[in-house]
Amino acid sequence: MRDFYGVTLDTPLMLGTAQYPSPAVLESAFRDSRASVATVSLRREGGQGQAFWDIIRGLGVHILPNTAGCHSAREAITTAQMARELFETNWIKLEVIGHADTLQPDPFGLLDATEALAADGFEVFPYTTEDQVLAARLLDAGARVLMPWGAPIGSGLGLNNRYGLRMLRAAFPDVPMVIDAGLGLPSHAADALEMGFDAVLLNTAVAQAGDPVAMARAFALAVQAGALARAADPMGPRDMAQPSTPVLGKAWL
Amino acid sequence: MKIEVNGEARDVTGTTLAEALAELGWAEARVATALNGDFVPKAARGETALKDGDRLEVLAPMQGG
Repeated sequence: MRDFYGVTLDTPLMLGTAQYPSPAVLESAFRDSRASVATVSLRREGGQGQAFWDIIRGLGVHILPNTAGCHSAREAITTAQMARELFETNWIKLEVIGHADTLQPDPFGLLDATEALAADGFEVFPYTTEDQVLAARLLDAGARVLMPWGAPIGSGLGLNNRYGLRMLRAAFPDVPMVIDAGLGLPSHAADALEMGFDAVLLNTAVAQAGDPVAMARAFALAVQAGALARAADPMGPRDMAQPSTPVLGKAWL
Repeated sequence: MKIEVNGEARDVTGTTLAEALAELGWAEARVATALNGDFVPKAARGETALKDGDRLEVLAPMQGG
């Protein structure tokens, strides 16, 4: 598997820590998902932060703090600085939100924040779209990983623009890419890995499932299947049928 | 002096960020701080002076996606 800022992950699954019915379900879901990375956030201390920190550390996975909810580069930069101290990591999942309904990234703010944070020693995971021009600019600004969305955050729609994502993957074959956001089903995750993406990041699909632990297990199997299939070099689609049983030697009846 | 802590008006007697945090019960807590929108590293809290009307954010680890 490709490495993310020098870290090789055991599995291509990154899992969010929000919206679980209870901390116990969160812990079980993480264990059964075999996720390698947990995403976390920072919020105003209301008395629960310390206990949550202990849970997260107990998961034994890499921690990827986010800047969720930030709508400007300035906000995102300050949040990233606070996250670095709090979580003791240079990794930051950089979200600069540009639209309240779609939670679509603000490409201009994202680029500004990526440039500032990369120059300050951060290892930036920018939450971006499938836009190739923006991807090139983000890489120029110092990002060495990209996180294109599958679909709007929390929508569960899967890979909304397969053509755009395929083009993005092909344009930057050496850049580690994570499909972040919008995945609703294990088949969406398998799809992303079959297309050559290096990992997926999801949260709601597991946390809001009727049985989050079973769904975590389903995603674990799906990413394993997707990665195996990709490595096995899948056949290309064909418009016409082609018999798989040999025609030669068929009886004259 | 009167400052705003996580969006709420608070009265503190300490004159530095470190003193105010101790007063608010966060001396030992795993928190990160920002004053008027700028990050203040833990090591700088002792020498960061507060003034009336300052806006302090005290953030902790939280669930996220």
